[in-house]
Amino acid sequence: MSLLVKLLAQRIALGLLLLFLVSILIFAGTIILPGDVAQQILGQSATPEALANMRRDLGLNDPPIKRYFSWLGGLVQGDLGTSLTSGKDIAESIGKRLGNTLFLAFWAAIISVPLAILLGLIAVRYRERWPDKLISAVTLASISVPEFLIAYVAIFFVSVRLRWAPSVTTINDSMSLSEKLHTISLPIAVLTLVVLAHMMRMTRAAILNVMQSAYIETAELKGLRTFTIIWKHAFPNSIAPVVNVVMLNLAYLVVGVVVIEVVFTYPGMGQFLVDHVSKRDIPVVQACGLIFAAVYIGLNMVADIVSIVANPRLRHPK
Amino acid sequence: MNEELKFLSRQAALGTISRRKFLGRAGALGVTAAAANTMLAGAVHAEGPQKGGTLRIGLQGGSTTDSLDPALATNTTAVNLIRMWGEPLVELTDDGGLQGKVAESFEASADAKTWTFTIRKGITFSNGQEVTAADAAAMLDRHSGEESKSGALGLLRDIKNVSTNGRDVIVELNNGNADLPYLMSDYHLIVQPNGGKDAPDAAIGTGPYIMKEVDMGVRFVAEKNPNYWGDIGHAETIEMLVINDNTARVAALQSGQVDIIDRVPPRTAGLVSRAPGITVASTAGPGHYVFIAHVNTAPFDNPDLMMALKYGINRQEMVDKILFGYGSVGNDSPINAAYPMYTEMEQREYDPDKAAEYFKKSGHEGPVLLRTSDNSFPGAPDAAALFQQSLKAAGIELEIKREPNDGYWSEVWNNKPFCTSYWGGRSTQDQMFTTAYLSTADWNDTRYKSESFDKLLIAARAELDQDKRKSMYADMGMMVRNEGGLICPMFNDFVDAYTDKLGGWVEGVAGFSLMNGYAAQRMWVTG
Repeated sequence: MSLLVKLLAQRIALGLLLLFLVSILIFAGTIILPGDVAQQILGQSATPEALANMRRDLGLNDPPIKRYFSWLGGLVQGDLGTSLTSGKDIAESIGKRLGNTLFLAFWAAIISVPLAILLGLIAVRYRERWPDKLISAVTLASISVPEFLIAYVAIFFVSVRLRWAPSVTTINDSMSLSEKLHTISLPIAVLTLVVLAHMMRMTRAAILNVMQSAYIETAELKGLRTFTIIWKHAFPNSIAPVVNVVMLNLAYLVVGVVVIEVVFTYPGMGQFLVDHVSKRDIPVVQACGLIFAAVYIGLNMVADIVSIVANPRLRHPK
Repeated sequence: MNEELKFLSRQAALGTISRRKFLGRAGALGVTAAAANTMLAGAVHAEGPQKGGTLRIGLQGGSTTDSLDPALATNTTAVNLIRMWGEPLVELTDDGGLQGKVAESFEASADAKTWTFTIRKGITFSNGQEVTAADAAAMLDRHSGEESKSGALGLLRDIKNVSTNGRDVIVELNNGNADLPYLMSDYHLIVQPNGGKDAPDAAIGTGPYIMKEVDMGVRFVAEKNPNYWGDIGHAETIEMLVINDNTARVAALQSGQVDIIDRVPPRTAGLVSRAPGITVASTAGPGHYVFIAHVNTAPFDNPDLMMALKYGINRQEMVDKILFGYGSVGNDSPINAAYPMYTEMEQREYDPDKAAEYFKKSGHEGPVLLRTSDNSFPGAPDAAALFQQSLKAAGIELEIKREPNDGYWSEVWNNKPFCTSYWGGRSTQDQMFTTAYLSTADWNDTRYKSESFDKLLIAARAELDQDKRKSMYADMGMMVRNEGGLICPMFNDFVDAYTDKLGGWVEGVAGFSLMNGYAAQRMWVTG
């Protein structure tokens, strides 16, 4: 077990180093972009005086290195700083948006992950027969079509024609949980279609791989039902690659859904980040970038740990 | 008209039968859906405003990074938002004249150098405080002071002194300006307690609504201000949603999630208007899509080359293919019939022979470089390609360079010598010319510097004889048209759409889109 603790510590240290590098990259990236925050806020209507006044107030006349380190200093003390554009506390404004993003990701995951694995198991059970082919065809089709197109088609039929679910999914605090779920039902459905294929295909491939093993043959000879063999003997042994893919898709559900957010007008982190990048609001972009990177690194770490725990051979290296 | 139909439309307007039912019954009586819709709208209007209900509006342009401070407002969402809770001293009337808002009256001295605005008696801010002349004076001070970041700073540069006397705010100018009240209708110049110096983004003003929920770039909820002095503000609650994606905004209207939207894409406006229960309203305005060249920079400092470009553009084709008919042809001047003192000029037509002739005379060789981007105006790259084709017929080669949207306004516009852009227009000729054609203007994006033009502009500003003034503006328009760097192919209409759940739309309101941003306050929910 101490090995596991050591491994965990190693991974976390590495993750923190990565985050630090990410923050430098993001900062450099936003500096390279043309125009600064004052110009972006005032837009086409910027007068030189207004620009100069705003630059001075926002502290943009300091050299970039100084600005970076004063930001880093704040971060180490747990202070994300204040937004340059709105002057609001970043942690507070991100918190709400992050909550929305996680809310959507959570419900999409709750539906898509079990569904993908179940479909994968069914595909293996009936491999090379019509259920397998149907599942593959449908999921591959849904992953091949761009997500915004699926979203628009869903909006046209489900919202405009049938009026079953709203197309604008702006949720707010005064809604009850069931109202919220009804509101976000379309984006959940679209996201499920987008992530389903990847996880389903990996489940199917990983299990089929194991199905060639001698112990599966033994199980068959014992006279077990095919589905029991898949579920009890094959699946646990193929869990590592499946978890890896599941984690990648969970990460996508958190950090990669900006297109869905725009199409469905969902107030999540993606739109929030885009707004602030276009205004060159560096502290907010930094904070968003770090959160996204942390989610990505964290979920991958979970995947690694699960694979190690699930595989006794990795737990006891020679 | 059939009496039964008339009766039904009144019932529908009063809400005793549903509009769906009305349309169905009208259909059974042999009336087309479009005609029935028009009838219903008429009936709704005739019944007068209905009070109460929730009006939901879907808007383009809002961003998470916006502020409630009116000084920093730049987009249409911000304008519509400001109209909820705040008011300027004066406001445009529907036909482009002026009416008092926070100021009940205003008058000028004979030389138009001193203006007196009298604050309306007994009106209060939404925090209960009475509005005083000092609040208005502080507002002018905040927007024009040295420290100002206000978008209205440029307008107020000429103010020498602001003082108060009882309910009067007295504004003294360095030079006479007959249009000062028009400047005061600017949406940045909202009267706030102590001019907004203490809490610029508190959204406390004298408007018909009070902000209840504010989620920048996402959603706003406003409730009726029970102490509002005026007669607008019919719905009890207004819910504003920011829906930046065009398709999503139109879908929200079609699926009944919002009752009114702005900026229907011209490409799909025809289709949208055919849907039952939806009216697409197109309003002519002063906004124009332009190609701008710096006339002090080679090769555009060559007047013959500029003339060649001006004759080499097919304006009608652009109105048809870029605006899909929702607009009118331009005439290389920023002024159109939307301005109060407009004088018609001879229309410059597409003439490839003349263009070729001028091009030859200019002695210019090689291609002309034009920069464009998607966000410089909707369809700008397509318009650039059309321009390229129409110039080709005159033997002129136009090279098009696509620039990224990001940074276009800081790096390309008002920076590079020839690019695509747009102007929203202003409420008076003086403002438009002062903003972009005066030699010293910050946004002189064509680098048009003419001493005689400047003199005429300053003189016209103080001229109180309207006929004289009108002819001066006609001369200025002609100068810009013939000497300037502006190639203006089209004036774009505002295209908004609303469902038949709302009544009270007024056609052709001057100013911005959505009835100058007052649609939510002036329209009403019909049950």
